[in-house]
Amino acid sequence: MALLEVDDLHVSFQTPDGVVEAVRGLSFEVDDGQTLAIVGESGSGKSVATQTITGLTRGATVSGRARFKGTDLLHCSTEQLRQIRGAGIGMIFQDPLSSLHPYYRVGWQIVEMIRAHDRTVTKAQARRRAVELLGLVGIPAPENRVDDYPHQFSGGMRQRVMIAMAMALNPALLIADEPTTALDVTVQEQVLSVMGRLQEEFGTAIVLITHDLGIVAELSDEVVVMYAGTAMERASRRTIFYEHHHPYTEGLLGSLPRTGGTRERLTPIPGLPPSLIGLPDACPFAPRCGYAWSRCHEQAPPLSPVYSDPHHLSACWLPGQRDERAQARRRTQTGSGVRAA
Amino acid sequence: MTTGVQPGEPMLRLQEVRKHFPVRSAHLLERTTEQVHAVDGVSLTVSRGETLGLVGETGCGKSTLARCIAGLVGLTSGQIWFEGRRIDSLSTRQMRPLRRDIQVVFQDPYGSLNPRRRVGSIIGDPFAVHGLVSGTARRRAVQDLMEMVGLNPEHYNRFPAEFSGGQRQRIGVARALALHPKLVICDEPVSALDVSIQAQIINLLLDLQSELGLTYVFISHDLSVVRHVSDRIAVMYLGRIAEVAPSDELFDRTRHPYTRALLSALPAPDPDLADSRSRIVLSGDVPSPVHPPSGCRFHPRCPKATRECTEVEPDLAPVLDDGAEHLAACLHPLEVGEDLTRARPSVHPAGRTVTTEVPT
Repeated sequence: MALLEVDDLHVSFQTPDGVVEAVRGLSFEVDDGQTLAIVGESGSGKSVATQTITGLTRGATVSGRARFKGTDLLHCSTEQLRQIRGAGIGMIFQDPLSSLHPYYRVGWQIVEMIRAHDRTVTKAQARRRAVELLGLVGIPAPENRVDDYPHQFSGGMRQRVMIAMAMALNPALLIADEPTTALDVTVQEQVLSVMGRLQEEFGTAIVLITHDLGIVAELSDEVVVMYAGTAMERASRRTIFYEHHHPYTEGLLGSLPRTGGTRERLTPIPGLPPSLIGLPDACPFAPRCGYAWSRCHEQAPPLSPVYSDPHHLSACWLPGQRDERAQARRRTQTGSGVRAA
Repeated sequence: MTTGVQPGEPMLRLQEVRKHFPVRSAHLLERTTEQVHAVDGVSLTVSRGETLGLVGETGCGKSTLARCIAGLVGLTSGQIWFEGRRIDSLSTRQMRPLRRDIQVVFQDPYGSLNPRRRVGSIIGDPFAVHGLVSGTARRRAVQDLMEMVGLNPEHYNRFPAEFSGGQRQRIGVARALALHPKLVICDEPVSALDVSIQAQIINLLLDLQSELGLTYVFISHDLSVVRHVSDRIAVMYLGRIAEVAPSDELFDRTRHPYTRALLSALPAPDPDLADSRSRIVLSGDVPSPVHPPSGCRFHPRCPKATRECTEVEPDLAPVLDDGAEHLAACLHPLEVGEDLTRARPSVHPAGRTVTTEVPT
């Protein structure tokens, strides 16, 4: 059994404009010690999905199942959820400054976190553990820095403090939501290497939410590509980059500037992502897709194996092989009913 | 077409440009002010029709430098020459006609457009400010601009809030191009956008450049984007240029250890490359620009630092067998193919952690 099993997750919000369907039928699993990357653009629902799993989306209408070590997180009591958050699932967010309390010393915040879960730990023990953790994430002179306030740390150092706090109770799963987006590349490199080292040492599973395909290529084992609240494609890292099936994945990779070729035109995805209010039962990517044909506009494709490979799933009506897809593309281009890209 | 420019004279020339900002002390009685050395002696040239990329991390002074060039902030010292004319010491009135030639596209497509004004009037602003076209002619000119940057001219009367991030950036581009500028400074124009939209804007900028013969100074922290658009790239660190070279040369024959570290930290969207690349994990953070380190400013983080580096500030000049196009400010420049991950500094300034590399 996988460590975390999310099955047919739906999350929607009531807004004055209508019901926003932020997540629409998302399923994935994470195994022990594995890194799952969830990649997608703004508004694709990647953050909402993981926040819902940890009970952080108040006021949302939620359905589906999310089993963590057998406990369904979506249907358990608040008390149970509190036990799991922190001890079973650690979390780090994009902006470490707003995730740390500005009035309290970082050491105090880590101690608080440890003692909230286990009152038998003395303050002195917890403090020793805090120093040890800060050292573990590479903060120089941790025995002094433990008494500093968040503003006395740089952005990269704060993110390390967040990681230290998330790892304090040795969780089996770490959810990292855009952990390096606010950081410069050289600092990002430091933070990612700390995460990688901790994962190796403690066998922590990581759910990494990011929009940066470079980080996905570096760190992930499995990848889920999200668009308009649902998974478009799910496969191993190499398959996503080299043998992807879904036109959206192809579009994402094609929009990136490739190293080597300079000053050539890029191939962006035309158009804009759809509104998540009142989406029709059709492929959400069809209006921007170069391969779309009549069926794509009438029926949403299920996430299904590509050429009966159970580890490569794609939500697309196109046939599995590249040459067949090239034919399909020619058909749609010579045929009618498809909007020119 | 040009006015009084000597052949061979670059369009834009910066000479030892410095911009310091005072930091006031919190204590009333201690009014002695310290200085943030945002830009601290930058010399650069930009030729007509080329794109100069400017990269660096947060706080390296790249945006301040852009503001200096555009005349939005005065210099502390140094000179800026545009088309053979010194522009840094001009009065506001003398500067005004020049502002038509130098325009800026800003990073934040949300913050740089007034939310309460209609798009047509935002894009038409430059005409109003310079008292150029008016009435229906202005409307036509604005709609032509909208069409040029890929916006629907019928959306003339909409508000910025009715546009997506990418479309807003197009509005910003249209406004910058209204007066047919010669030089456009793009300050992180795609950083706030999703990748698929980012590619649309990059294409637009490239197309407009070849159509209108524009010269760009393209600022970004994203090296892969900068490499894609730039003819030459300048790498900034703590207010100074560390290295400047033609794009391919900078990537293939990197001289400055900082440039190498930046390049190695760039995650490649390709698993094979990602698995094989050797990473240089720099220790520490960028030091404060209030008290920049002595000597070479990179020395506290540099894997090749020696005692000399802590004392002597290196000049920006060709190193080893490089031509005049490739300049680096380094006392111990890298040979082609040199493995920086094996380098160990021979000085250990106080408080410095010396871990430079994490094996992958």
